[in-house]
Amino acid sequence: MSLAHDSRITVRPAALAQRPARIWPEINHPAAWIVAVILLIMPLIANGFFLIEIFASTLILGTMALSLMFLAGYGGMVSLMQLTIAGFSAYMVAVFGVSGNANISLGWPWWLAVPMALALATAFGTLGGALAVRTEGIYTIMITLAIGAAFYYFTNQNWAIFNGHTGINTVATPHFWGVNWRADIPFYYIVLAVAALCYFAVEYLSRAPFGLALQGVRDNPRRMAALGFNVNAHRVAAYAFASFIAALAGVLQVWNYRQISPGSVSVGACIDVLIIAVVGGITRPIGPFIGALIFVLLRTFALDFLVRIGLDGNRFRFLIGLGFLAIVFWSSDGVIGLWQRWRQSRRPAANRPGGGHGHG
Amino acid sequence: MSRFVERHPAWALISIIAIAVMLWLVFAIWPPGLEEAIGRKRVFLNAVFNGITLGGLYFLVASGFTLIFGLMRNVNLAHGSLYLFGGYVGYAISTATGSWILGFIVAFILTALVGVLLQVIVFRRMEGQDLRQTMVTIGLSIVFADLMLWACGGDFYQIQTPNWLIGPIELPLVTAIKSSGEPVYLRYPMVRLVIFAASVVIGVAMWLALIRTRIGMIVRAGVDDRDILAATGVRIQLVFVAVFAFGAGLAGVAGVVGGTFQSLSPGEDIRFLLASLVVVIVGGMGSIPGAALGALIIGLAEQLGSVYIPTYAIVVTFLIMVLVLAIRPQGLLARR
Repeated sequence: MSLAHDSRITVRPAALAQRPARIWPEINHPAAWIVAVILLIMPLIANGFFLIEIFASTLILGTMALSLMFLAGYGGMVSLMQLTIAGFSAYMVAVFGVSGNANISLGWPWWLAVPMALALATAFGTLGGALAVRTEGIYTIMITLAIGAAFYYFTNQNWAIFNGHTGINTVATPHFWGVNWRADIPFYYIVLAVAALCYFAVEYLSRAPFGLALQGVRDNPRRMAALGFNVNAHRVAAYAFASFIAALAGVLQVWNYRQISPGSVSVGACIDVLIIAVVGGITRPIGPFIGALIFVLLRTFALDFLVRIGLDGNRFRFLIGLGFLAIVFWSSDGVIGLWQRWRQSRRPAANRPGGGHGHG
Repeated sequence: MSRFVERHPAWALISIIAIAVMLWLVFAIWPPGLEEAIGRKRVFLNAVFNGITLGGLYFLVASGFTLIFGLMRNVNLAHGSLYLFGGYVGYAISTATGSWILGFIVAFILTALVGVLLQVIVFRRMEGQDLRQTMVTIGLSIVFADLMLWACGGDFYQIQTPNWLIGPIELPLVTAIKSSGEPVYLRYPMVRLVIFAASVVIGVAMWLALIRTRIGMIVRAGVDDRDILAATGVRIQLVFVAVFAFGAGLAGVAGVVGGTFQSLSPGEDIRFLLASLVVVIVGGMGSIPGAALGALIIGLAEQLGSVYIPTYAIVVTFLIMVLVLAIRPQGLLARR
């Protein structure tokens, strides 16, 4: 039992520190409005490359990491299979929908294939969660990592459904009302809408009775059980909700790249989602998006940057790993935590609660 | 054992029947009907032997993992990296000196040193924070993987088997009867059998050391309650360092074995990390006999699966894990 408590200690103080912020939701914060407006008029500022490769990718990865943040931050369950759920959903879109591999894809229209993919991926994630909650604390990481790795090897060796290591290519994207929704600007707005929806859903749920009960379960499962809450049911429900968010992100991802292959559900990619969430900070829903922005910027520009300062450009993962280690060593709630500490050190007498919000 | 039979008669019966069927399949001469149904006996026997020897390799990797977890509650997700590091070291030493055995020794010492450094520099600073330790091991595994890719490239390496172990050995197991009435015996690579025997010896020695020696007593006491153990005056940090070094060294040895059996390349670290995770989840965290049983089950399931249902083999492994989690979440041989 002590095991379960230990593993949550890292999360708890930060959650307490953020409690005053609850009274001041982002709505009242001017910086939040500025960020929202910038995100809305982004197509006027950025061209196609930046719009899709940087901002849309950030929002998609951020949504995946958001589902992990919900589980880890509010439920105390660090799940490494969120990317696997997203990848499963992406595969299902490709399998049920239209793609270049006609022998595998069933050719359903997108408005049938997408709900099917979402439902199946949510069911998959819920089942995985139901398995993971059978054990406590640190075992969750092991079981979800095992699920993620098993799915990766399965997609690699199965040709009947997943088309082996080549994956499924040229997945069709939706066209309706005379709009090609994969064109840069409409796609950006779809991604932005989904990400915003998920963000506010998580924000809302964290204050709703379910979210509060979940945080109670995180902090003291025995007391919650004694109060009459069904601890495991809350945990499984949290997995179901997080799986749905991850599945949405998976659909967007397969539309973004128009293909899905085992490489996108590899163990390294699963761990990337954890890195994004932890680097951004797993105590607030905005954290994963900040983490995703940092990750995408590093992924896109690290090569040029490393070459420019005279190093080998291929050491991107080394850089990511070191950054992650530094965050884990020095700040338990990621970049947000660093930002908050910096703000507090600048204004020791500040009585404005919550400090600043790190906005990307 | 008898307690288990008394408490779970149904499970005992099922396992006895399963073991009996397995033994019959291995030793009997298959009737023609069976050969038609599931293929040649030689294929089956080869899969069984590959599975058992692979289980030996998995045991070497997973026993270090489970030992470290049992004592320090540290899920060392960099264990796969230690495996791969040991393999590369073994390759470098055995090609440079031509001595296979020396490769083992140096790999053990170097990975044990890495383990000591990890324990002293990293994990001692965050004792009792399981989640943070685990995250650190994830970060370390990324850094190690990239450093090894840098140093060794993406090529496949295979460690040369020494001359005295090359070639097959004939086993007294009949695979088929020729039309002339002459029995055909199974031929199997000697090196795999030798390595399997070595892993059994290591496992038994480890188990004996755990239950018969003073150090083993300290380690077992630490698994049960490390705070009380520290309060009795045992220098617990020293025990932690020793166990971490030993567990890491075992992973390094396993890397040399794996490099001889199969090959070394980037990505193998993840494969063996997955294997040790599943093995200890099935067998029970922190239990050496559990790791042995889990390794045997997973090795057999993987090899038989890849022969009989090639595109769904990993699902069998996974289903075993799910089944164990559903019936006995703490693992087959865990005490709690």
